Amino acid sequence: MARAITNERKIINTVAAWGIGLLIFFPILWTILTSFKTEAQAINDPPLFLFFDWTLENYAVVQERSNYGRFLWNSIFIAGGSTLLGVIIAIPAAWSMAFVPSKRTKDILLWMLSTKMLPAVGVLYPIYLLFIQFGLLDSILGLTIVLMLINLPIMVWMLYTYFREIPGEILEAARMDGATLRSEILYVLTPMAIPGIASTLLLNFILAWNEAFWTLNLTAAQAAPLTAFIASYSSPEGLFYAKLSAASTMAILPILILGWFSQKQLVRGLTFGAVK
Amino acid sequence: MATQNSRSAARLMLAPAVILLLGWMLVPLTMTLWFSFRKYLPLRGGDQGWVGFDNYVRFVSSSSFWPSVQTTLIIVGGVLVITVVFGILLALLLDQPMWGQGIVRILVIAPFFVMPTVSALVWKNIFMDPVNGLFAHLWKFFGATPIEWLSQASVQSIIMIVSWQWLPFATLILLTAVQSLDGEQLEASEMDGAKPLQRFGYIILPHLARAITIVVLIQTIFLLSIFAEIFVTTGGAFGTKTLSYLIFQRVLESQNIGLGSAGGIYAVILANIVAIFLMRIVGKNLDA
Repeated sequence: MARAITNERKIINTVAAWGIGLLIFFPILWTILTSFKTEAQAINDPPLFLFFDWTLENYAVVQERSNYGRFLWNSIFIAGGSTLLGVIIAIPAAWSMAFVPSKRTKDILLWMLSTKMLPAVGVLYPIYLLFIQFGLLDSILGLTIVLMLINLPIMVWMLYTYFREIPGEILEAARMDGATLRSEILYVLTPMAIPGIASTLLLNFILAWNEAFWTLNLTAAQAAPLTAFIASYSSPEGLFYAKLSAASTMAILPILILGWFSQKQLVRGLTFGAVK
Repeated sequence: MATQNSRSAARLMLAPAVILLLGWMLVPLTMTLWFSFRKYLPLRGGDQGWVGFDNYVRFVSSSSFWPSVQTTLIIVGGVLVITVVFGILLALLLDQPMWGQGIVRILVIAPFFVMPTVSALVWKNIFMDPVNGLFAHLWKFFGATPIEWLSQASVQSIIMIVSWQWLPFATLILLTAVQSLDGEQLEASEMDGAKPLQRFGYIILPHLARAITIVVLIQTIFLLSIFAEIFVTTGGAFGTKTLSYLIFQRVLESQNIGLGSAGGIYAVILANIVAIFLMRIVGKNLDA
């Protein structure tokens, strides 16, 4: 039985939690608000909270000056491409480990995890050399491949934990009824696995979108995604807070919305099923 | 059960992922290992042959090595302490009954989804700028002299930015663990007269031990290689050069590939030591 909670206690909880929640969220909120100010209002002392002349001008300036659209497309292509490609490779691998486990399955899973822990900076130059060799430097294809490889272990792990929850008896029943391996995957497994696959896609899309080592080091002008676009604001130039805020808002808003849908999967995906 | 046929099919399905990851791991790592034993300066004479362990010795004896190790430890340690302590408190608070719990959760988790370059730049300029930043306004309001955050308190500032990014992750995982706590056990202890602090120390904390360990290990692995937060804010100046940033500078800025590669091997070894502990825990869970 749940303990009786006094209303007073609930009010205190609510106030405390909302206060802290808003404090943590404040930098994001402030960035979004600043993006609608003029540059002069953005640095006004005292800071203007809500009562300023709301303007969309910054968004227009950012788009015009740095061709935001192209960076956005690069981000979408790279994050989307690497995630799709990765899932296509990860599904069969996770399927086979979940349903036809062998003595080595555990070792393989842990080994895959270990590749994720390789510090990127340790292999920066070799990757750089290989990219030059294969003409992949500053290309969408090159980044797509690298981000796919970085997130592949997480994808396999997530899918594995989802697939493992599918009862094996159902597969056996399908086999008894004469289902071939192909139709077993297509008609029995896939429908049951779709929620897990969707969550995997979502979380890895977010991770790829926000990746900021390889995207900064392997791109220049052509394939640079939003992470690199934002980094180009790191050298100050006159008044630029409002424009910086507008650019930042555009870079994080789509992913913030996706992220809110994937909170639950986040735990599973990033702890490799170790916290439930 | 699985037939011989489905076994070989399974192996075939596993192959692409294994081969790709094997290549991704072995090829660059072998190259790094190779370069680490050579004097290799692409812009100043190219590859000048074997030098044995010279690069390894030079990397460690360089004057920036120990400061970088110290900075790394301070940043990783600082962020871990902040995120775990506040993560536990926040998780316990969020577990309480309240109105609008779902929305508070969303507010708390949001920073995790902000790309590192954005959070670093927003903090650097809009909050920490000594002239126009929000903190400067706040300090002036109270009659204090604004702090030049990223030069006077550079390491603390970076700890603050990174903690803000990782607190949501710690909170979310610890909250998941708190929610799996047996409510009846707590109730029983309360009836037996356990004070809140005792309940926390003897029931809640032991229950969270595993989740805390996992948060610490996973964050350590990610924090050892934070890059964008330093690249965008200080560029490694004002004592914020971490080990991985030092390696990055050796490789890309001074174009000393041999030296940087030796550093890279050190980083790989360091990350592996942490990883082994994490794998033990995750591996145990696989059997269950």
